[in-house]
Amino acid sequence: MTICNACRYCEGYCAMFPAMERRLVFTEADLNYLANLCHNCSECYYACQYAPPHEYELNLPRMLAQIRMKTYQQYAWPAPFARAFRKNGLVVSLALLVSLIAAIFSGTALARGGGLLTSPGAGLFYQIIPHNVMVGVFSVVSLFVMLAFLVGFVRFWSEAGEGFGALLHISAVVRGFIDALSLKYMSSAGAGCTDPGEERSMSRRWFHHLTFYGFMLCFASTSVAAFYSYLLGWEAPYGYFSVPVILGTLGGIGLLIGPAGLLLLKQRRNPETGDPAQSGMDVGFIALLFTTSLTGLLLLALRHTDAMGVLLVIHLGAVMALFLTLPYGKFVHGIYRTAALVRNSLESKRPIIGIGE
Amino acid sequence: MGNEADVVERYPSFDVVVAGAGNAALGAALTAAKRGLNVIVLECSPWEFRGGNSRHTRNFRCMHTAPTSVQTEAYGEEEYFADLMRVTGGQTDEELARITIRQSPECFDWMSRQGVRFQPSLGGTLHLGRTNAFFLGGGKALMNSYFAAARKLGITVFYDTEVIGLDIDGGIFRSVTVRQKDGEPFQIQGKALVAASGGFESNLEWLREAWGPTADNFLVRGTPYNKGRVLKLMLEQGVQQIGDPTQCHAVAIDGRAPKFDGGIVTRLDCVPLGIVVNNRGERFYDEGEDLWPKRYAIWGRLVAQQPDQIGFSIIDSKVIGRFMPSVFPAIRANTVAELAAKMGLPVDAVLATVDLYNRSVIPGSFDHNVLDDCHTEGLTPKKSHWALPIDKAPFFGYPLRPGITFTYLAVKVNSKSEVLMQDGRTARNIFAAGEIMAGNILGKGYLAGFGMTIGIVFGRIAGRESARAAAQ
Repeated sequence: MTICNACRYCEGYCAMFPAMERRLVFTEADLNYLANLCHNCSECYYACQYAPPHEYELNLPRMLAQIRMKTYQQYAWPAPFARAFRKNGLVVSLALLVSLIAAIFSGTALARGGGLLTSPGAGLFYQIIPHNVMVGVFSVVSLFVMLAFLVGFVRFWSEAGEGFGALLHISAVVRGFIDALSLKYMSSAGAGCTDPGEERSMSRRWFHHLTFYGFMLCFASTSVAAFYSYLLGWEAPYGYFSVPVILGTLGGIGLLIGPAGLLLLKQRRNPETGDPAQSGMDVGFIALLFTTSLTGLLLLALRHTDAMGVLLVIHLGAVMALFLTLPYGKFVHGIYRTAALVRNSLESKRPIIGIGE
Repeated sequence: MGNEADVVERYPSFDVVVAGAGNAALGAALTAAKRGLNVIVLECSPWEFRGGNSRHTRNFRCMHTAPTSVQTEAYGEEEYFADLMRVTGGQTDEELARITIRQSPECFDWMSRQGVRFQPSLGGTLHLGRTNAFFLGGGKALMNSYFAAARKLGITVFYDTEVIGLDIDGGIFRSVTVRQKDGEPFQIQGKALVAASGGFESNLEWLREAWGPTADNFLVRGTPYNKGRVLKLMLEQGVQQIGDPTQCHAVAIDGRAPKFDGGIVTRLDCVPLGIVVNNRGERFYDEGEDLWPKRYAIWGRLVAQQPDQIGFSIIDSKVIGRFMPSVFPAIRANTVAELAAKMGLPVDAVLATVDLYNRSVIPGSFDHNVLDDCHTEGLTPKKSHWALPIDKAPFFGYPLRPGITFTYLAVKVNSKSEVLMQDGRTARNIFAAGEIMAGNILGKGYLAGFGMTIGIVFGRIAGRESARAAAQ
């Protein structure tokens, strides 16, 4: 980091560098903040005159990725669950997926005293799993996940030492959110990032957008459905051209193409520019997102057939596994990246240290 | 790159052979290849260190008449030329200098078309925000863009390829002899040669010839591959030389820097904020003579003239945070005596120097951004500005060594970048661009970013003219 601060050639690439220049010495808290500001685009790796095989062997993207991973564990709540980050994320996710499917299988079998393969007919989901069970379980899990995110954020924010009053600077907070939601620092000033290879491309940014906004559309679909169900008293299933189904379909498509694209880019990525130890976490999250959207779309397509019961259970299992692993997997990068961007936006009005001319 | 011998077999003769692979070389190669010519670039470094000293640069000095996306105000031809006259003391070829200055704005556009991106001046370089256009990501990013453009144009690039022979017959270039690593030498024929392979600053034996054994204590700021082979071969084959063969541009850098390739991060900007002593504990020059950006370039020579070619900058806590951080931590101590001992200096001599200096300081209002009124009286050498007593613990020190940036010895060229032979004739198909001919324009001294401007302007001229020569 002192090499970077003495060089500064990469200053124009992203917010991480100006943030670094505001500091003369780097405490652990500073490094944690800077690492979460990094979008791992690898521009600075290719531009670096000190990158290996130079004797300084500077590999900033990898160093920051390693620090990020450490912060995910450090901020995780409850602490014992942080161990999930250290283990292979893929194994954790898949194991969870399998166990959930099994649990739901047995649960529904008990509840109905019969098999899943006989369709109750015309997409009657709640015949498979009672509505209240579904809502109850997911509410508990969602509250738990929200709490875990909140604790993680509070830990990040207090370590950074900004104080919670700073969050009242609405314009700065909005700026930070815009930077996060637009993936501003993944575009490298409009030219795209050096990812997966040395030549610039916007593909990672677009696939991320598809993934994130696909996820949000699915979330919106569920919210609208909840609104229909509780306030309007309209019960699922909804028609193909109803708002929840349209939102969910569009989101599901985004959530298919996005993660698939990200996985493809990940396979082609120059391994020097990341932390190979995190592959499990990345792939596990991508796989779970993909499974969720795939099973969701299949469920929609086949909801009038005998396969509906099985698909519903698999889909709900996937969603449950996704929710449960959200605070202990790749998803948390969104929380800390956004928080770091908000902090950067607050900080950016402060001066940069250097020789004054 | 595949089997390189096959490539040579397939193209027994290239239209344009470019020796070197920095800013000037790629400027020439891209320009010639855009005209449909078959171009080969010979780079003696491996792929990872390609781009010569251009990979260590960060900007080029660019004339402009109105504010641009990355440069403020205006910087006109006459002011630019006056700046050049000031630093060179008139040792410049005015025709070539004015060509360089006038063509610099179109180079900005041309570079942008090659995929090079620019940014406003970096933190800590505000003094260059008007005169210089900064490359986003620095010189290595610039070179990456050039090489990507070269690949699209089908330019052949050989790495690890050293030019060991030149066949020049009666002022006409025929072929180069090259060697790759431990392989057998082979020849590459060409219709025109562009020599853009830099100076000899990393050739330690050559430096020793010029400087004697003191050269052993010099550090080379840039690439270890600028050995001046092509320069020497050309001079041996009857090309006219220009520029002082013994001179090099050297700045004072951190004495703990690596022998080669330390680049920008080894520079030290704290000199004007304290005092500098030699290894006898004595001051030897006015540290506050002028603003640091105007003075840093003389400190390489000043330190080179000291015993064992080493100096020590001493500052106190008052000035921390007022200069760009350097890559090496300062040597730190709670007393001046302890600091001197830690740096291996004679303690009593340093104490006496600091004491005398402190007593000579006339208090004023300190401002490191302007030529302030803090100076010494009755002290030799005096300190003209930014003189504050060194009295606030902890104290900090940095060792200083001369760090060579480039050499001035060059081949003589005309406005078409054609080289001139010793018998006065113009070589028909031999061109030179970049540091290898910069001595025509920059006889001494330096202007930040001007080497890159010479490189790209004459690189493009050499590309155009070599394409014309090769087509005949």
